[in-house]
Amino acid sequence: MPTMKLIILNDYDQASEWAAKYIRNKIVHFSPGPDRYFTLGLPTGSTPLGCYKKLIEFYKNGEVSFQYVKTFNMDEYVGLPRDHPESYHSFMWNNFFKHIDIKAENTHILDGNAADLQVECEAFERKITAAGGIELFVGGIGPDGHIAFNEPGSSLVSRTRVKTLAKDTIIANARFFDGDLSKVPTMALTVGVGTVMDAKEVMILITGAHKAFALYKAIEDGVNHMWTVSAFQQHPQTVFVCDEDATLELRVKTVKYFKGMMYVHNKLVEPPSQDGKKN
Amino acid sequence: MPSNKSVSDAPITQFINCSILREHKLQREDLWVRGGRILDPEKLFFDEQGYADECVDCEGSIITPGFIDVQINGGYGVDFSQASDDVSGCVSIVAKKILEHGVTSFCPTLVTSPPAVYHKVLPQVKVHSGGRHGAGVLGVHLEGPFISVEKKGAHPEQFLRSFQGGGVVDLMETYGGLDDVAMVTLAPELAGSESVVRALCQRGVTVSLGHSVANLSQAEDAVSSGASFITHLFNAMLPFHHRDPGIVGLLTSDRVPAGRTVFYGMIADGIHTNPAALRIAHRAHPSGLVLVTDAIAAMGLPPGSHTLGQQVIEIQGLHAYVAGTKTLSGSIATMDMCVRHFKQASGCSVEEALEAASLHPAQLLGLSHKKGTLDYGSDADLTLLDDDLNVRATYISGEEVWRKDP
Repeated sequence: MPTMKLIILNDYDQASEWAAKYIRNKIVHFSPGPDRYFTLGLPTGSTPLGCYKKLIEFYKNGEVSFQYVKTFNMDEYVGLPRDHPESYHSFMWNNFFKHIDIKAENTHILDGNAADLQVECEAFERKITAAGGIELFVGGIGPDGHIAFNEPGSSLVSRTRVKTLAKDTIIANARFFDGDLSKVPTMALTVGVGTVMDAKEVMILITGAHKAFALYKAIEDGVNHMWTVSAFQQHPQTVFVCDEDATLELRVKTVKYFKGMMYVHNKLVEPPSQDGKKN
Repeated sequence: MPSNKSVSDAPITQFINCSILREHKLQREDLWVRGGRILDPEKLFFDEQGYADECVDCEGSIITPGFIDVQINGGYGVDFSQASDDVSGCVSIVAKKILEHGVTSFCPTLVTSPPAVYHKVLPQVKVHSGGRHGAGVLGVHLEGPFISVEKKGAHPEQFLRSFQGGGVVDLMETYGGLDDVAMVTLAPELAGSESVVRALCQRGVTVSLGHSVANLSQAEDAVSSGASFITHLFNAMLPFHHRDPGIVGLLTSDRVPAGRTVFYGMIADGIHTNPAALRIAHRAHPSGLVLVTDAIAAMGLPPGSHTLGQQVIEIQGLHAYVAGTKTLSGSIATMDMCVRHFKQASGCSVEEALEAASLHPAQLLGLSHKKGTLDYGSDADLTLLDDDLNVRATYISGEEVWRKDP
């Protein structure tokens, strides 16, 4: 049954933990194996950090394994050396991959240094298809409502491609490059809105007061390519996970409605049954 | 499935559950090793899609670069300054035993001896890599005989020499050659020393100042000529005086050429240097502090009489005296003891204590590109320690060479 869920937690830590438990349960209930890989789309940035930390904890506790998980990352800068500390390769290695049992061959991150970027993007789409599509795509959004590097104005049916970054994004990212605008990459490879829309399920993490307007645009206003995350109103299976701060621009009745359903939604993150086979 | 064969067939070891000393900080990180060197796991992951063939659970150990002892005269009954027909065998005995102190490479040190001893001993000691057979030899440290009579310490006076023949000539005549020599300790106030310092540095031999009555300006001149080390600071040199701090003054000298560091050896055994003096040196110049054991043949042996060079020494407790006197003759401390004592006495961080026994001696010898760090590409010479800095295991080139009995 198609649903859009809005999960409201008290704060960032709780939202991160809820999201991590949700991902854990999805993987465990899927019962991945050598002939049955779970495909997971992954974001970078500060928002998902807490979620990754929790997933690492679950892995170390033996609650989940990534041995039979294939990952596809949303985006990567163009022209930034792969081992640059701000590259998304470095991010994924340092914040997630090196801590878990995932195999390198099962991880996929766009190569922003590929000789032919267009070919690289097309190959990425084919790899997703070959893996059977994405089971769960996890994403974050920018304050302007962009998902991955699908900046305001991006086509809502876009596929993986080269994108020029919006000025806002470049300025926002300057803090990671010694505050020097000239050092910030101006282009990126990114999955398209359509690429994420194809996933069986999408989970969007939104935390902090500065994302409140974007959350309002995402769920209470209409579908609009100036707020690309709003496209997921038309996705059959989307779950928005946010903290209280992010709900500041929502209607009281929206918040009350979804909070009133938390007792139902929380069942989704209960520890998986022992056999892990429940579907 | 093996990792990418195009890069290397060698198995990959991943040390897990450890804190590693990297970039001057203990970091909760795994350490990866392949082919005897430290591997960048991120490159392995993304470039080769490789992974570890073997995992070593370090059970919470600290991993430090293996200790390097640039001044050790012997141990376990062996005195490197004794001319024997099997010097390399004698060096091997010590090399093997000091693995348990976390030492992975060292400079066998010869005290002042007659030329015949150098001619017999030096050809038998070769620079070589460490392994299961023992710690690696980085080259010999020749402490004397070109030193001051007034500050001879335990060195036999009758064998002291000066550069009366012009300098390098005396050196070659005395030692017979400089192959496999890593360091020479000399007194810079000896006439003709300047050309000797320059010649030694040109040959890649580290020059250390010690057993000397040099004033600060003489010491600074020697540094300008290339000297980069001070042999057991405070011991066998003029005491600090505020109008002429002598060699000790090099720690805060403003005449050290830009980009260079003067290192200094400290025998942090709690006997050779008062803890307050240790703290003065450390606080004045932390990045130059090099822990040395200056251990003698009696290290590792029970109390009693033992031979050091041409003399007999007496062991009482943790003290080693020239027999019948109260002159300290060298220490019987082990490197791991010195690291622990230095940390406790100076109040420095664990990182600083470990770097004084690893990074700094490697920098001193110009080897920090492969020794003394856990940077990617460095030799995987590792010492595993518990939180109190007791040695749990020692690795050389990624191979376990010693492990404490459980």
